[in-house]
Amino acid sequence: MAMTTIAVSRRQALAGAGGLLMAVVLPRARSRAATVTRIVEDQTGPFAPNAFVRIAPDGSITLILPNVEMGQGIYTGEAMLIAEELDVGLDQIQIEAAPADEAYVTKALGTEATGGSTSTIATWKSLREAGAVARTLLIRAAADRWVVDPASCQSEAGVVRHVPTGRTLTYGELAVEAAALPVPSGPVALRDPSTFRLIGHAQHRLDGPAKVNGTATFGIDIQQPDMKIGTVAACPVMGGVLLHVDDRAARQVPGVRDVLTIGNAVCVVGDHYWAARKGLEALAITWDEGVNATVSTETVYRQLHEALQGPAIVANTKGDAKTAIKGAAARVEAVYQQPLLAHAPMEPINCTVHVTPERCDVWVGTQVPMRARDAAAEVTGLPKEKVFLHNQYIGGGFGRRLEHEYVTQAVQFARQVPYPLKVIWSREEDLTMDRYRPAYVDHLVGGLDAHGKLVGLSHRIVGPAVVARWAPEALLPNGVDDDLLVATVETPYAIPAMFLDYARRETPGVVTAWWRGVGGTRGVFVIESFIDELAASAKVDPVAFRRRMTEDRPRARAVLDLAAEKAEWGTTLPEGVGRGVALQYVFGSYLATVMEVEMSTMGTVRVRRAVVAVDCGRVVNPDQVVSQIEGGLIFGLSAALFNEVTLKNGRVQEKNFNTYRVLRMNESPAIEVHLIDSTEDPGGIGETGTAAAAAALANAMAAATGRRYRRLPLTGPQA
Amino acid sequence: MLTLQVNGTAHQVDVPDDMPLLWVLRDVLGLPGTKFGCGIGQCGACTVHVDGKAVRACSLPVSLVGRRPVTTIEGLAEDEVAAEVTKAWLEIDVVQCGYCQPGQIMAAIALLKGNLHPSDDEIDQAMSGNICRCGTYRRIRAAIRNVAGAV
Ligand code: FES
Ligand code: FES
Repeated sequence: MAMTTIAVSRRQALAGAGGLLMAVVLPRARSRAATVTRIVEDQTGPFAPNAFVRIAPDGSITLILPNVEMGQGIYTGEAMLIAEELDVGLDQIQIEAAPADEAYVTKALGTEATGGSTSTIATWKSLREAGAVARTLLIRAAADRWVVDPASCQSEAGVVRHVPTGRTLTYGELAVEAAALPVPSGPVALRDPSTFRLIGHAQHRLDGPAKVNGTATFGIDIQQPDMKIGTVAACPVMGGVLLHVDDRAARQVPGVRDVLTIGNAVCVVGDHYWAARKGLEALAITWDEGVNATVSTETVYRQLHEALQGPAIVANTKGDAKTAIKGAAARVEAVYQQPLLAHAPMEPINCTVHVTPERCDVWVGTQVPMRARDAAAEVTGLPKEKVFLHNQYIGGGFGRRLEHEYVTQAVQFARQVPYPLKVIWSREEDLTMDRYRPAYVDHLVGGLDAHGKLVGLSHRIVGPAVVARWAPEALLPNGVDDDLLVATVETPYAIPAMFLDYARRETPGVVTAWWRGVGGTRGVFVIESFIDELAASAKVDPVAFRRRMTEDRPRARAVLDLAAEKAEWGTTLPEGVGRGVALQYVFGSYLATVMEVEMSTMGTVRVRRAVVAVDCGRVVNPDQVVSQIEGGLIFGLSAALFNEVTLKNGRVQEKNFNTYRVLRMNESPAIEVHLIDSTEDPGGIGETGTAAAAAALANAMAAATGRRYRRLPLTGPQA
Repeated sequence: MLTLQVNGTAHQVDVPDDMPLLWVLRDVLGLPGTKFGCGIGQCGACTVHVDGKAVRACSLPVSLVGRRPVTTIEGLAEDEVAAEVTKAWLEIDVVQCGYCQPGQIMAAIALLKGNLHPSDDEIDQAMSGNICRCGTYRRIRAAIRNVAGAV
């Protein structure tokens, strides 16, 4: 026990010094191959800031990973970054989800968050440094023990070796002494990239085995002693409140235990989900639907289109676009419309909470652990230190779990009961109570000179500012949501004159939120569609037109040329088949996508093939970059082809996968991804494939049919 | 009281007749490997085998299972085809979030047990009831082809 106490205080001291944690060790500890397929939680005491590496009492090596795993492969990638410098194999470590703690804040997002394709960008240096600091201390501890020069020692696979004598000590055997050493204050040397053993070499996913044998625990799988299961009906109109609930019939349903209410929702609790669900269906609920009860999809679009005229905030100017367009030889103009979109991850929203007078435990998959913890503290009145957030594997995030209102709701219900309560939303609740990717309308005007060269571009964006709610401090001082500048101001092109303004219109009747690339996805669709329209007006091939605009943009030009070559751009296609291209620079990565689509005379659309060339800088785990592009494209294609959330009488109409259609295997194209070797710092990748999909598809459909597609979804009534 | 044969073991369960097999597995028998995705037979996340056939556990009232043996993702330890399938899945890193994968794997095993060398069309046919929101379809198809090629 004394040992543990000392170790904890030592860790706190290190924490105060901003140092790295090298914790709790017993001299007899030996290094052993540990399982990497489960997420463990630290049972030894409070976490220290900047703590990513822990050598445990048994000599096992635990890496604490700052970002949550929701499919994007980040546990594997981040473990590789640390292990590369720590000199351990991926078969020697176990991994742990970061708790809610300041130490794991992603600076670019202003909180502890996984999103915006930022994880690898943010941790590329910091996690390697964390590994390098640990290794440096372990080597110094060994050198001190042997009384030799640290420079004569080497580390490999969890062992320090004194090269001249061949003596070795395991990291476990060194941990006590390493923990007593002062943490280097200056920068530590990082490996030369040419010597990387892991980074840049495809590694199998660490979460693979548990995810194929069914043992991976998602939030929805949490079991606690005496736990009961609840399911929820919230007021179907946003902003409405509960007036009255008649629960007599519900309480007669076998297995129903409780009926709980909060201001705008009812939760029926049962021994199992089925009892809860049957109970919920047996309720007679009266809502006060409030002011949004008349909102419809038409209301939403009307407001957006009306704002194409009238005042707007100037968001960006370069040169004099308006004069350039006035003097241009040809003028091209288009209005694009994009719908509200749901996230619809495969794992419906759920959250398990146990509130006692002393503490609150929350088991949930969240992209924002600190916000989730703070919400639980606020609802329960407990101090933050008494809220224990246990982050779980997420069955698909896509930005949905950057929200935490479902945690607030679950805690509001759970604080009314003594037992642990697992709240599971039905798919219908999940889709109709989602927080949605906003609808947008964009108006673009471009001027071409006599040679068909773009001389000026004027652009108005109309839509909500997601950032104003999610991170108000990040709204630009002039009132512009800077996420909307992604892909629209910083394009892969040299454009001599640009003007961009923004008319903010918040959507009535829903809460709008992040998605798989809001700015990037909506922006690339608009810009790349318009570039194709400009090319058509100039009577120039779409790839050739883009090549002309990327003469001094070598990275953009390289992906464009590679994708065009691999997709056999320019070769003849059968009747009814078209090819479209999209070029983008978003999330710090360059992508060129060529899509091939077959249009039947009946109007059915079949995506035959997608070829993607990627330059995302240095690649950590190449096969996972490919996976993200493949999956991101499929996600984007579902949205582009089929998806639109509609409102009627303030209620969302799409309630399950029969009406919110998702691309299936028989509809999904062949996808080829080609990575460009690069020594630039890493860019983000998780959202890039999604950003590419709609533009490449719309351009391919236009090539196949000779008409433009300016409204999403492309097979919807609007198109 | 119903008697259910799950993964080779007989279980006595006291549940409503109309309770879908899915919730009996997850909430009564403590077998959370089978997932809830939609509850209406649209997504395949809940796919299990009943008498060797892939069925949607969310839409099968437990009283209709009868004596037929039920196999879930947790019950594949002795199964040779399952071993080949999971190996193929791991070799090409099919999974992303993983939530749909127990259902995908159960569907793939049922397909391969009935037809060891499915054509691409047959793969699409058998697997198109299983949604993967992460978009792992290309790899699922490739993994199934690899199993077919290996046996
Ligand atoms: S949960 Fe059964 S098919 Fe979706
Ligand atoms: S792997 Fe995420 S839904 Fe299929």
